[in-house]
Amino acid sequence: MSDPEVTHSEFIKVDGVDMTFSRGEEEVHALRGLDLSIPRGRFVAVVGPSGCGKSTLMRLLTGLAKPSAGTVTLEGAALRGPAKGVGMAFQNASLLPWRSTLSNVMLPFEIVAPHKRRLRANRAEYEARARALLKTVGLEAFADNQPWELSGGMQQRANVARAIVHEPRLMMLDEPFGALDAFTREELWSVMQALWMERGFTAVLITHDLREAVYLADEVLVMSARPGRIVHRQEIDLPRPRTLEMTYEPPFQAHVHSLRDHIQTVREAH
Amino acid sequence: MTRRRLQILMPWAVTLGLFALWEAFCRISGIEVFILPAPSDAWAAGVEFWPQLLEHSLQTLFTTTAGFVLAVGFGVLLGLAIGSSTLVYKGLYPVLVGFNSIPKVALVPVLVIWFGIGTVPAIITAFVISFFPIAVNVATGLATIEPELTDVLRSLGASRREILAKIGLPRAMPYLFASLKIAITLSFVGSVISETVASNSGIGYLMLAASSNYNVPLVFAGLLVVAFLGVVMYALMALVEGRMTGWAFRGTDLMS
Repeated sequence: MSDPEVTHSEFIKVDGVDMTFSRGEEEVHALRGLDLSIPRGRFVAVVGPSGCGKSTLMRLLTGLAKPSAGTVTLEGAALRGPAKGVGMAFQNASLLPWRSTLSNVMLPFEIVAPHKRRLRANRAEYEARARALLKTVGLEAFADNQPWELSGGMQQRANVARAIVHEPRLMMLDEPFGALDAFTREELWSVMQALWMERGFTAVLITHDLREAVYLADEVLVMSARPGRIVHRQEIDLPRPRTLEMTYEPPFQAHVHSLRDHIQTVREAH
Repeated sequence: MTRRRLQILMPWAVTLGLFALWEAFCRISGIEVFILPAPSDAWAAGVEFWPQLLEHSLQTLFTTTAGFVLAVGFGVLLGLAIGSSTLVYKGLYPVLVGFNSIPKVALVPVLVIWFGIGTVPAIITAFVISFFPIAVNVATGLATIEPELTDVLRSLGASRREILAKIGLPRAMPYLFASLKIAITLSFVGSVISETVASNSGIGYLMLAASSNYNVPLVFAGLLVVAFLGVVMYALMALVEGRMTGWAFRGTDLMS
């Protein structure tokens, strides 16, 4: 593991990070002594008991929050302020209601560096890119609809498309499928996997659904209860593309059970 | 009759009904005209004095609109400042609330000392009375942006200005237009107050002059003109609102 090649390919590195909030008089330790590293192009899922600081971790990794102690490094450079050009999708689809679906998906082009300048002159090209992506996520027929005309699942598809349209190097997913019904959720797993396999970005998925974590990730990290740190790392060596049938087979189930045991231990230890 | 038709007819029916009640009350009770004139008396006075009524209502319309336009400009800027910066909010809010608590009629004598009587104090009174709801509403629109949305834009690398332009402003629009409807009616209150206290033109002045001549029907004609102008301006604002921020009213649009 001390191979310099390996350390070099580290995309995100978190070293000894503490995160403390003051809530009135009281000090809340959200994270303590958290270390992790994520190689480029990996799909990593973070699971843990509720309130373990998963979302805090996500804000840290994108530079939206500053650690109280320790460092977060992105592509070899310490993070100061928000990392630019990161794609983010939350449980709440948070589409802009005054824009059409297409226009929502094109929002990153108006903000991220090289596209921002080129957009006005090359609108047709960018629109074609956004439409192609909408087709991939199964929304081509709804490009010109307003967000409120879409179902919850369709809104989340648009949300994922918006997070990914500018081909970010890092994609942060904070329980993006959490509010959806089981069928829609499983459908979106396969959409997500297809996008990742096609584009090869680095992805961090925060979830409390262990099946979702095993289905999508190369590696699942288990966080302890507050103050959160990584207590277990599990490689998911299942072949890709993974299918829903695989989720009912023993190797998949074994992974889910093992993760469940670890989380159970963490919860009891608390 | 469909429900939709009924909805369109309702405002007319209620207004006409109220006038009819008022007319009937005056006729049956035989109340003196200089205490409460019937609508028909007010109408007759309006017809008799229509050149004066027209001249003074145009003056009032002018001062009101001028004050309102100033209020929109100033109120939007102030709302943007308060809504996008906690420091500005903390600093200015108590002052604003204090200022808004002052009865604006108390300001008119001061304005007269500074600007003399007439058009300028009327415009300024209309302005100071109506900028507050605009500022508060715009600030509310900005302050209630979903934090996830801001996070999405920040992690894309958006500057504060870009976040304001892409989310803040569009999101504040429904709040702004809702406040314009309140502000335009307040603006009439301001200009008419000022004209009543210190002016020699405008509906307020006309009503004061009429009442000192015991021409109460003309006073009521003036009141009705102010009410009419207020309704017209309000409807205009509502129309602009519907055009600009239809997305915020999707529920009602789909239902009807």
